[in-house]
Formats: sequence, C-alpha cells, structure tokens
Amino acid sequence: VRSPYRFALAGFAASALLVAGCSSSGSSSGSSGAAVNWATETSVAAGGGMSALVAAAKAEGTLNVIALPPTWANYGAIISAFQSKYGIKINSALPDGSSQQEVNAIKSENGSPKAPDVVDVGLAVAVANTSLFAPYEVSTWSSIPAAQKDPSGLWYEDYGGYMAVGYSSKFGTITSLNQLLGPQFKNAVALNGNPTSANAALNGVMMVSLAEGGSAGNIAPGVNFFAKLKKAGNFSPIQATGASIKAGTTPVVFDWDYLNLSSYVGVSNWKVFIPQNAVLGGYYAQAINKNAPHPAAARLWEEFLYSQTAAGGQNLWLEGGARPVEQPTMTTNGTINTSAASKLPAVTGTPVFLTEGQSTTAAQYLATNWAKAVS
Amino acid sequence: VSVTATRTGARPFWAGRRPSVPPWVGTVPFFGYVGIFLLLPTGIVIWDAFKNPAGHFTLSGLSALGNAQVRGYFIGSFKLSLISALVGAVFGAILAYAVASGNPDGVVRRVYLSASGVLAQFGGVTLAFAFLALIGPAPTGLLFHASWYYSFPWGITVIYAYFQIPLMVLVFLPAIDGLKVQWREASESLGSSAWQYWRYVGGPLLMPAFLGALLLLFANALSAFATIQAWEDQIPYTVGQQIYTSVSSEVGLSNINYADALALGMVVLVAIVMTGYALLQRRAARWLR
Repeated sequence: VRSPYRFALAGFAASALLVAGCSSSGSSSGSSGAAVNWATETSVAAGGGMSALVAAAKAEGTLNVIALPPTWANYGAIISAFQSKYGIKINSALPDGSSQQEVNAIKSENGSPKAPDVVDVGLAVAVANTSLFAPYEVSTWSSIPAAQKDPSGLWYEDYGGYMAVGYSSKFGTITSLNQLLGPQFKNAVALNGNPTSANAALNGVMMVSLAEGGSAGNIAPGVNFFAKLKKAGNFSPIQATGASIKAGTTPVVFDWDYLNLSSYVGVSNWKVFIPQNAVLGGYYAQAINKNAPHPAAARLWEEFLYSQTAAGGQNLWLEGGARPVEQPTMTTNGTINTSAASKLPAVTGTPVFLTEGQSTTAAQYLATNWAKAVS
Repeated sequence: VSVTATRTGARPFWAGRRPSVPPWVGTVPFFGYVGIFLLLPTGIVIWDAFKNPAGHFTLSGLSALGNAQVRGYFIGSFKLSLISALVGAVFGAILAYAVASGNPDGVVRRVYLSASGVLAQFGGVTLAFAFLALIGPAPTGLLFHASWYYSFPWGITVIYAYFQIPLMVLVFLPAIDGLKVQWREASESLGSSAWQYWRYVGGPLLMPAFLGALLLLFANALSAFATIQAWEDQIPYTVGQQIYTSVSSEVGLSNINYADALALGMVVLVAIVMTGYALLQRRAARWLR
C-alpha cells in the first residue's frame, strides 16, 4: 500500500488542482457575468444576490482557511458541511496556529494562491490589523449586536464563551478559586498557554483577577494569585492540551468554557466551574483578507458561518459548545437549536468583556510582571 | 593507473590542456551554501534588529537587551545550556570510556552506538511528551515529586540530558579510541598510579576534544527550543521562548524587530562563548605545539 507512486499521484493531483484553481479563478469574472468583482463587494445584495455569489464561489472552487483546529468550536463539522453543501474544497493550513500567525500569513503570502482567504482571530489582533481586511456585511448583519462588530464591516465577532475552570471530578466539587491553593492540587493547575502570548491564557489570569478583587483594568491580583499558586507548587507549566488532560497531567485547566467541556476534552469525569463574581466573556472575530485569492468563496464562507438555519454556521458553533454571536436574536426568532443551547454551562452574574484598551493594559502589565511572578 | 600512459610512455592527451580555473572555484558551492543559509539570514536578523516595526532605524530593540527582565532570559538560557552541557559531557565521557574499554567489535558497543545515534536526535515535543507520560500526575518510584521535573534549570536539565549524553558519547568516543594502550603501559612501567596517568597523560590528551564536545553540547542546548517550549509552556525562562512570544503573541505583544534583537543577542552570546573556548583550547592544547 505504501507505494511511492501514491505520492507521485498525490503530487500530480495537487498540481492539477492548482492549475485548475488558477485557470478557473481567471475565468470566474467572465462566467459570473457582467463586471461583478467580489473582491470589492461589501454585501451579497450589492453583488447580485446569493445565487450569483454561490456560482462565483463554485467557479473559484477552493477556499483557504487557517488556524482552525477541527476539534475547536466544532470546526471539523463546519468545514465538512461547507464542502459538501457547495462542493468547494477547503485548504486548512496550520490548524494549531495563533491569531498572530494568521495575520502574519496574510502578510507573508500576499499575492500567493495559498494566502488565507478568511481569518478567525482574537479581538486584539482583529482591531490591530484592519488595514489587511476587506469590509463585508453578511446578510444577517443586523442580528450581530452593534458592540460586537466594526461599523464598516472590517471585522465582526463570530462566537465566544466564558472563562471557566475545567477540572477532574476526582477533586470533588470546586466552589472557590482559593481551594486551588490546597495541597491536593499539587502540580495540577494549568493555563492554556503563556498569557503574554496566548489570548485564552491572558483571559484566564484576568478571570482570576476579577474573582480576587481586581477589575477589567487591573490584572495584578490575578498575577499575584498565580505567584501564590506557583509558590504552593500547584502551578503546572506544561502546555495544557487534550492529550495532557487525558494523561491526567493537567487535571485543572483555565480555558474558555467551549474548550473545557467534557465532550471537547474527551474525558468523562470532567467538570466546569465559572466563579459567580468573575464571569469573563470573550469572542473571536471573522475577517476577510482584502487580497483574498478566492474573494467569492471567502464571502460565501462568511454567509455560511452567519446563517441562522438549522445546519448553518451559528447552530454548528453552538453544537460545539461555543456561543454564536447571533444567539440572542436566534433565541428570540426561534431558529436556535434549543437542545444544544441547554447544554451550555450555566452562567450567573453580569459578564465582563474586555475592551481593546483594557486588553492592551493587561498585556503590558503581564509583559513586565508575569515572568517575575511565576519563575 | 592510466592504461594510455603506461603503453605509450607519454602524458595523457588532456594533460596540460586543463582550462585554467583558479583554485578557489572549488569552494564556490560551499561558500554559496553557507552564504545563503547562514550568512544571509544572520545578516537579515542583524539588519532588522536595528529597525522598528514601521521600518525606521532605531536602537530601542538593542536597548531592550539591557533591561533586567531580558537579561534574565539570557542568564536563563546560559545557565540551562551550561549546566546541561556539563552534565551531558561528564556522564557522556564516562559512558564513552566504558564503551571504549569493551570489545571493539562487541554487541554492547554496537548497541550503545546505534542507541546514542537515535537518542541524540530525540528531542522536541516528542521528548517532552515521553516525560509527561513517564511522570504523569503522581509519579511513583521516581526520585522526586512531579513538580520537581518542571523546575528550572535542574528539572529541565534531566530532560535535556536525554539527548546531551548520547551526543557526547558519539562525539567523544573517537577521542577515547585514540588513546593508545601503549601509553598507559609506558606510564605504568615508569611506576605511575592510575590517578597520575589520568592527571599527566590521559587527561591532557583528551582535554582539547572534551572542551570541543562541551562547546558543541552548549550550542545544542542553547538552540533547543521545542522541548522547553512544550515543557515550560506558561513560564518564559529562556531567550528562545521569548523570541517565540514576540513572533506569535496574539495579545498585542508581538514585535518582530524585538525578536531580531533577541536573536542578535544570542549570536553575540555564542560569539563570546566561542572566544572563551578558543582561549581555553589554546591553553589546553599548549603541549601539542
């Protein structure tokens, strides 16, 4: 089975696809008629309607996405649903990449047919890189709350969740963060990354800060808590992944609730705790590369992600445990998948969302104090 | 042996007709390769270290190298590289000596050499995960509690030893093989003890090779990144980890030029260590001149 011809064939097929992709994108402007240049269209209506967009996207035949782990927020199912619905092939690059690596790829692969068409990035990265994005308003634009989108459509939040403590039920029930300082949590508590680098980790420290009397503008109490945790020997510095949770090496993990569900981590005795006085929300954002090699497919992807149908992107995210940005509207208009919605961890209290300025202040504080506190 | 030449007694027809190529032409592929894959990237790193993200000339990246926190990363990298190199060199040298004193064609030697060849390349996330599986949440029968293995620099040194010791065996064994048994016999017949043999004959003979191997191990540890990044993911201890953060931070702290300045600092660190090595080597090899 392991014949060298297979690789030769695969290479041939890949190059044939590439040639086909190039030639079809060259001819798409002709086949989709008139002078519709999807790269500059800011809505599906302006470009001539949904069927014109679908036809143009099919002519392009390919969509490049980046940094979408198949197990994250149900992206595996979302990608295959899009591929089978429209017959458009999705190239998924660097599935475990960070938001910053996504925009780095837009810059470094500018002009290449492999450049990412669309990105799914943390809010800080989205706001800092608007010059790379094309404005676009999906059909369901009015369902996205005004505070969660750029007014001109350069970026728009897509799904999010609340910072949560996921833990093995061997510890019983956790009701307060201070329990984590106890001796039974020796070497057990981990963040999802280094908070000066990973957005989820920064929010993990911020959530602790809120619980410890800090505020969205003051992350210091959170850093102090992790210093105490380290001193108690309870802080585990290893990269917390599904594998480390399964191996039992990181039995307590601070992460977004949709990454901390028992179904996501694949461990049955896994519980989730969201402190009542520290409900910290965070959303990711979608944006289209303004020089996308497949401009119509990029826009069709956004339409799919923001579709409110039962098999559309919003409900698919919800099935992955993430809270889609149109959830409030969909709850009102009855399009939400209620059984998936009922499985989300319960949240009580007023959620806090970091503004761009608060997030920057927190990052700057961490840049000078994190290493000192925990090393 | 040329048949033509022996039959006719004449020089081959092509002799003396060689195109006049200057001798340095043979070095072009080598220097071309080194230029493109070593000198050019180094040049770009140095050049970009003096720019800000907007592309203007600045010394701010360089001045960042002076702040206490960044100094801490360099001290961390230096400490870890030195300690793991010393541990690897000492244990590797002893192991190499044990292997060398066995049967030169024996199974043991062959097994050790092939195992060392494999393990010297065993690093990165794979190695970190192997230790994760070994230590687990609550290790039993291991020397220390799990949290000790995450300590810096000693915990991570144990993990680095996994590739440092085999590498030392590989590079140091030829030097030990070069020790002639007659030298030992000669010194013993002159009445020297084992200690005196090693102090005055074996040690000085091996010292230049030992120092060279130590330098190699130091550079090996300094450039190792994936292992410590996976093992100490949330805590930055070394320059390599900090470069990673400045390239990939998604919370607004990414700064390519700061990363370049850190990389330049590492180049300087290696240059300093190389200079120290050259001086030490000259002293250690004095008897050769």
